Amino acid sequence: MGELAAKKHVQYILSVEKRKDDLVSVVMEHLRMNGAYWGLTTLDLLGKLDNVDVDKVVSWVMECQHESGGFGGNIGHDPHILYTLSAVQILALFDKLNVLDVDKVTNYIAGLQNEDGSFSGDMWGEVDTRFSYISLCCLSILRRLNKINAEKAVNYIVSCKNLDGGFGSTPGGESHAGQIFCCVGALALTGSLHHIDKDLLGWWLCERQVKSGGLNGRPEKLPDVCYSWWVLSSLIMIDRVHWINKEKLVQYILDCQDTENGGISDRPDDAVDVYHTYFGVAGLSLLEYPGLKAIDPAYALPVDVVNRIFFGK
Amino acid sequence: MDSDEGNAQRVPLSQRPDWSDVTPVPQDDGPNPVVPIAYKEDFVETMNYFRAVYLADERSPRALWLTAEAIRLNAGNYTVWHFRRLILEALDGDLHDELGFTENIAKSNSKNYQIWHHRRWVAEKLGTDATSKELEFTKKILTLDAKNYHAWSHRQWVLQALGGWDDELQYCWQLLEEDIFNNSAWNQRYFVITTSPLLVGLEAMRDSEVSYSVEAIVAHPENESPWRYLRGLYKGDIESWVKNPQVSSVCLKVLSAKNNSSIFALSTLLDLLCHGFQPSQELRDVVEALKASGPNDQPDPDLAKTVCCILEGVDPMRANYWKWRKSKLMSLL
Ligand SMILES: [Zn+2]
Repeated sequence: MGELAAKKHVQYILSVEKRKDDLVSVVMEHLRMNGAYWGLTTLDLLGKLDNVDVDKVVSWVMECQHESGGFGGNIGHDPHILYTLSAVQILALFDKLNVLDVDKVTNYIAGLQNEDGSFSGDMWGEVDTRFSYISLCCLSILRRLNKINAEKAVNYIVSCKNLDGGFGSTPGGESHAGQIFCCVGALALTGSLHHIDKDLLGWWLCERQVKSGGLNGRPEKLPDVCYSWWVLSSLIMIDRVHWINKEKLVQYILDCQDTENGGISDRPDDAVDVYHTYFGVAGLSLLEYPGLKAIDPAYALPVDVVNRIFFGK
Repeated sequence: MDSDEGNAQRVPLSQRPDWSDVTPVPQDDGPNPVVPIAYKEDFVETMNYFRAVYLADERSPRALWLTAEAIRLNAGNYTVWHFRRLILEALDGDLHDELGFTENIAKSNSKNYQIWHHRRWVAEKLGTDATSKELEFTKKILTLDAKNYHAWSHRQWVLQALGGWDDELQYCWQLLEEDIFNNSAWNQRYFVITTSPLLVGLEAMRDSEVSYSVEAIVAHPENESPWRYLRGLYKGDIESWVKNPQVSSVCLKVLSAKNNSSIFALSTLLDLLCHGFQPSQELRDVVEALKASGPNDQPDPDLAKTVCCILEGVDPMRANYWKWRKSKLMSLL
């Protein structure tokens, strides 16, 4: 059985800048905030966050904040809730939440809640249960859940529950592991997990494990390392993670490593990227792989960071 | 991305007279970027000019053209899409043309959130004028990828906001004819029978839907979608589900045939037994025959327990789940 090439992954994350003519990099410009969160959280899980210049990161993050209180994906970009959560998570990683004007950020988020309890991603109004999770997670980290109508938020998520126990992006939308993570996470953060049929959903989630040991996100789809996170974290939150074959999943994730140049891909022998490197390492952390910090399944932040936020230690 | 052709004839913006009054603004990546980006030349130039018109809030035809260029180079940049909408509003742009534009972009980026969001914004403005176009558009995308999540979301929104339900059940049927494993089409089917204002609701549709899913199960017993669909038809009415002889008989049929994947049939049978279903001797015998039996193996009077033991063997990946199901049976006693 192979091992986690931890050193190589650290090098990979720190050296993404040197790769030229990378089309993926071009496409990433507008979501650099997400990229930074994925990269930095991975470094933290690997115990190497001290390789980063904190002040430089924090000042860049703050430069991405818009006057509305929301954050853009990069300097000069419009604010969106997707990047606002990443910004808050990055500041939490560095214990720098104190640089935030909490009311400003949380007013921005609260302003995105709709009458039916759902959340829009930005001023243009796209609605998705992803945005419910993001809003609740942000508000919870900033300890301002009281700023929104949490009961309505929960009811909207429950209205997206399907016959298989899973959740979709809107009422009637197909169950999808990514959306399930968001809905289960949102319910966990609001203490509303009782709305879930845990046995039914747990079985659907563990049906996602295919012969190779990897997990897919919907029936008859290919396995992908990022689903290690979406499926596993959901299973942990509903206390059913022992239903899958953990050894086989660990092996699958390790098989997706580039052991020479670092990084993790979606499937064995595909090209690596920061996104799948994060989800691979985070998945292994959920599987209690030795040498990795533990990650919290609901906040998607290292457990010690979450403890620091809520217990001041 | 397929921008190679365009690149060959592309005149840099810096050499075009109609852009000579604009000073490009480079991206500020901040000091020592954490996840630094390597940029491509054309992309860099286009975005530099975009930033200039964006900062000047120039809502002009050339700015509209520039957003199209920028989107062609990177359809994921939400700020460009936002600004495009502001320009369209300011110029009172032709929204039917805009549908054509998004369709072209979607062909190579059908999994991009921004395109779908933009498309909905346009369709919302056009109202029922857009209904048939939108249904056709999603159909086109689903022809390329029948499980495209965005296309399905958009289609559900169109049906609910603009209508056009008439052929939707037929459409689900057609997609399932093409691929009976298509879980998205099964989901849509459930959405139609529970939501369509033209149909009379789940209970009235139940008999025909049970027959439909039973047929699909018999053809491919390893297909989890129709099994879950069948169960979903009895949402909130488990008693009728247990009592319907079609449910237990499809289990019997699947389990009787050799070489069938038995996992979902056994799992359904287990659920039936847990809800008080009384199995026939025939069903007991069929299950007993599936047991990896040792010498002197007596039939266990507890059929549910036997089912769990078989499942542990035929579905080793989820052995812990079936063990847990078995332990739950014990606690019921
Ligand atoms: Zn993936």
